[in-house]
Amino acid sequence: MENVKELLKAHEGLKREVYLDIENSSMVPQEIVEAMLPYFNQKAYGNPTLTHKLGWEAFETIMEMAQKIAANLGCKTLEEVNFTPGETEANNLAILGTASAQKNKGKKIIVSEIEPLSVMHVAEMLQKNGFSLFKIPVNNEGFVNLEKLEAAVDKETILVSTSAVNHEIGTIQPIREALEIVKDKNPETVFHSDASDAYGKIPFNVKSLGLDLATISSYKILGPRGIGALYVNEGVNVEKILEGQIGTQKLWPGVENTPSIVGFAKASELAFEDFEKNLNHMRKLRDMLIEGATSKISDVKLNGPQDDKRASDNANLSFLGCEGEALTIELSLNGVYVSSGSACTRRVLQPSHVLVAIGRKFEEAHGSILMKVTRYHTDEDIQYVLEVFPKAVERIRGITGSTKVE
Amino acid sequence: MSRMPLPYNPKVLELFKNPKNLGKMEDATVTAVAGNPMCGDMITFYLKINDQEIIEKASFESYGCAANIATASIVTEMIKGMHLEEAWKISWKSVAEAVGGLPSVKFHCGVLAVGALKRAIRKYYKERSVSKSWLLEELSFEEKQALEEEELAKMLEKRMKTEK
Repeated sequence: MENVKELLKAHEGLKREVYLDIENSSMVPQEIVEAMLPYFNQKAYGNPTLTHKLGWEAFETIMEMAQKIAANLGCKTLEEVNFTPGETEANNLAILGTASAQKNKGKKIIVSEIEPLSVMHVAEMLQKNGFSLFKIPVNNEGFVNLEKLEAAVDKETILVSTSAVNHEIGTIQPIREALEIVKDKNPETVFHSDASDAYGKIPFNVKSLGLDLATISSYKILGPRGIGALYVNEGVNVEKILEGQIGTQKLWPGVENTPSIVGFAKASELAFEDFEKNLNHMRKLRDMLIEGATSKISDVKLNGPQDDKRASDNANLSFLGCEGEALTIELSLNGVYVSSGSACTRRVLQPSHVLVAIGRKFEEAHGSILMKVTRYHTDEDIQYVLEVFPKAVERIRGITGSTKVE
Repeated sequence: MSRMPLPYNPKVLELFKNPKNLGKMEDATVTAVAGNPMCGDMITFYLKINDQEIIEKASFESYGCAANIATASIVTEMIKGMHLEEAWKISWKSVAEAVGGLPSVKFHCGVLAVGALKRAIRKYYKERSVSKSWLLEELSFEEKQALEEEELAKMLEKRMKTEK
């Protein structure tokens, strides 16, 4: 703990701070915090399944919030929105809950090679327990290979899961096309999509896409952490994966987190208010970041696709000859907060599986930096980042010197 | 495996911010490398050794995390003015101690730094065909570890190529 205090002291006196690590956690805007506050101790703090005023208030609140989120998702009814404690839990529920409900129909599961770990690791766990797993490869921009997908789906296939937008490199997948391919081959296959990086960030509607299951996450749209949801299309059978007291949420036992649900709904409301304007603003900042970094710094590679094929908020760049963890620390000491796909920050030997899957060499992945902009960031924020970045890269490259593979 | 934050101590942070003895040495007597950029972890040492087998100057370059940079830097400080036999006795644990301790997931940085140093010393004598009673044929722990990491990188590279 002493060390952490010293590390924090090293950040004193920063002239500006810009937080771009929305992938890993986010700041919660004041207006969202304020929307949540009354629900901690002024109203609706009861258990929504119980027969007293505070319980009924909670019930009413949760249904109202579910209705708001359902509307933003394009659902028919609020019953299709199942709150969970987050994206990880919703993905676990989608994969394990489907496997458990459909196991008599078949034992094959298909996921893309670049799924988040809360899909990937769960699918791999099922593989160890007797299911067969096929990972669909992606091209160098992260688009799933639809031919391989088509070839892989058979009558044994109970589940296909591929993210609507990749969390690391922002690839917007052709979900509708993928879904049609899957349903043509096997109408009974359940199609799940982790839409945590699509919801509120690109036009996204579960009904027009025809999805069976979709995961959304609160903090990815600047709501509080600890809350997410799994959309389950009416008629799709998913079994719960935890046991306990079931309340208003039929797929997740335990006491509902009313303040966080309120924060999640508020975050949704704000993300969808002035949707186009927000999107254009984020795209502008994203492109400022990408173009600024690639023009000011040599040997930089963009990871993932460009322009309209890329999520509005995502910038992921590899700085060659620059180890990512060292770069994140150098940037942090200058008030710019980002993450890296380097093995070092991930505490494992292998770097980001997403970057490896799109054909990046390990040393390119180790030098990768992931940034996500929000509607709250300003031009000045990005200008500051672009002022700090070249100096930081130059200093880390100075330490690398000639220590690299020829 | 849990994913702990890395509470680097002030000494590591200071060496990261202001590394001592950084940079290529043009008149180095011996140069040695350990690690592989595939692992995100690589160190080069440059040693200037005089006729009395004393390390007059040492410098480093590092492609790696803050712990990697700090341990490489501290090794160059520790060995300055040392006889090669004395430098050979440095262990990764004493390096970790010298930087005020390392998070356990970063122990291998200290190991790699000492691995690079021992490689340099071995190389110095080998190039001169000199054998020393204290310098065993068998690789030291740190040299073995560095080699293991490099072999692993090669294996991963091979596996990636065959998968593609």
